[in-house]
Amino acid sequence: MSRLDSIFGAARAEGRLVASIYLMVGHPDPGASLELARGALDGGAEVLEIGVPFSDPLADGPTIQAASFEALENGVTLNDCLDLVRTLRAESDAALLLMGYVNPFLAAGWDRLARDAREAGADGFIIPDLPPEEAGAAQAAFAEYGLSLIPMLAPTSSAARLDLGTRQAAGFIYCVALTGTTGVRTEMDADLGAFLQRVRDRSDVPLVVGFGISTPAHVTRLRGIADGFIVGSAFVRLAAETDPSERAAAAAEFARGLAAAAR
Amino acid sequence: MNPSDGSANTQPADSLRSLPEASGHFGEYGGIYMPETLMPAVEELAAAYDRLKDDAAFNQELDALLSEYVGRPTPLYFAPRLTAAAGGAKIYLKREDLAHTGAHKINNALGQGLLARAMGKPRIVAETGAGQHGVAVATVCAMLDLECVVYMGALDVQRQELNVFRMKILGAEVVPVESGSRTLKDAINEAIRDWVTNVRTTYYLLGSVAGPHPYPLIVRDFQAVIGHETRVQMRAIAGGLPDVLIACVGGGSNAIGLFHDFLDEPEVRLVGVEAAGHGVETDKHAATIGKGSPGVLHGARTYVLQDEHGQIAEAHSISAGLDYPGVGPEHSHLQDSGRAEYVAVDDRAALAALDTLSRTEGIIPALESAHAVAHALELAPTLPAEQVIVVNLSGRGDKDMETVIDATGLRP
Repeated sequence: MSRLDSIFGAARAEGRLVASIYLMVGHPDPGASLELARGALDGGAEVLEIGVPFSDPLADGPTIQAASFEALENGVTLNDCLDLVRTLRAESDAALLLMGYVNPFLAAGWDRLARDAREAGADGFIIPDLPPEEAGAAQAAFAEYGLSLIPMLAPTSSAARLDLGTRQAAGFIYCVALTGTTGVRTEMDADLGAFLQRVRDRSDVPLVVGFGISTPAHVTRLRGIADGFIVGSAFVRLAAETDPSERAAAAAEFARGLAAAAR
Repeated sequence: MNPSDGSANTQPADSLRSLPEASGHFGEYGGIYMPETLMPAVEELAAAYDRLKDDAAFNQELDALLSEYVGRPTPLYFAPRLTAAAGGAKIYLKREDLAHTGAHKINNALGQGLLARAMGKPRIVAETGAGQHGVAVATVCAMLDLECVVYMGALDVQRQELNVFRMKILGAEVVPVESGSRTLKDAINEAIRDWVTNVRTTYYLLGSVAGPHPYPLIVRDFQAVIGHETRVQMRAIAGGLPDVLIACVGGGSNAIGLFHDFLDEPEVRLVGVEAAGHGVETDKHAATIGKGSPGVLHGARTYVLQDEHGQIAEAHSISAGLDYPGVGPEHSHLQDSGRAEYVAVDDRAALAALDTLSRTEGIIPALESAHAVAHALELAPTLPAEQVIVVNLSGRGDKDMETVIDATGLRP
């Protein structure tokens, strides 16, 4: 059983949602990510998305765009992201996913990437601009090293695309909560429940909702319709705005608030 | 003149003209690398285009507007004084600069504008570099009564101010993009972000043969009129095929438009001219095919300028329309298959060619097109006088006067 399967299985048995947090490696400074990740895990996050910066993040809103540019200015590379995974793996049983755009992964090469990610202790990848149609080579390399490629589905996905996305899904399915880029929103999409049901009709794989999820109130609304949630921009913003000496504590408190709403 | 009479143009079994595959691939390039939210939109676009591309009424309206509104066919002009200045092969200019709005961009903007209307999308978003595509889209939106938002890099807003005014006068909203290098690539990112947010009501009118499938196919088909006309005009003028076709390549739409009709006739030499900026040996150029490597940018696998970590590099050219670190995937395939060759011309040579063409023929080319002219001036003397070169004069130079005056020290 994979680490993701254990985590989501236990959460289902206990009737709670899995809290998942995204952070951008090397933002706001090179040393921040480890403290922020440790804080998030202390606060109750069970899955971390380890954000790999890219020069042209076209699915991201202003918060993660800015973080990505800052990380690149700080000289962050894919190797730094793998190093963070390695350090966290030595001290935690949380699921660790590398999340980023396809071109930096292509530059590394799928086989080398899969081998290095496995060796570091990662559980899989989320790649927003790699739809199933183009994912063959990546899938093959990841499968060889026991890594998941988390599929993404959107409210706009047609029945045929929902079928395609759920067919080989393992770990969880990333359900995009709204039509738009990443970022903090006040309101959630009114049609979210219907969208999640259309996915649920096709798959028993856990459904995790991301994009626009930022507060415990959002999380409460997901209970009963999803298996987990991802908070990204709100955490990245917290990272940018918190005094360096208080980072770990602030991250833990933030994650605790979300995890409490998930129970 | 090419010995072939140019009347055949049948499609061989291994036709380059039949690409892309249904999956959107040109060899190993192209495809669809897009967020899931937009996948249904590109599928809807592909289906709509497939339905309309052979529709009689759609094509009748497009052809009528190309003729009466755009002013097609554009002339194929023999440039005797430019030819004499170069000394060698005869140089003809395909005068896309005489099309309405002053560049070839209108061919595609009009075709896609009609497509958007047929798909029932009331709102158009577009990116623009030099502003020529933005002006063409704003023009078509005014004519078809569609809402128009144009994203333009903040740096390009500065250096192409005249085109910003034109877009505003035409009723478009122009949004300066402050992220990244503040040029064309960032404008495309921002247009895609708008599209992903407003996908149900919005049509993304992409201006080059780049981006995810089906854009490289659609834009190429709407620009292929340039090559069709060139074939017919050349046959009437000289009874045969041209020997060499030359066009500048940023994303590569005017080049594909000229080349496409001739892809299956290897006796016609195809030359794409990239921008060498300060020189391809510096880090300030836009020679994507010449100095780049395969990667994924803006939804397609293609040659890109990137560092060893797969981060996209900033391109540089004096010409905003060539200042792009990617290139259309069909060009990448034409490069690897050897069917077309790609060279690079630097800022200085482009400025000199603009000067030469202006003074010999009384035609001020766009800085983009001046790159193609510069290569023709270099190539013509190496070829026999009976050979024929066609240069795609893709746009006129009015928009570049500020840049040229500053660069040449002519400002009073």
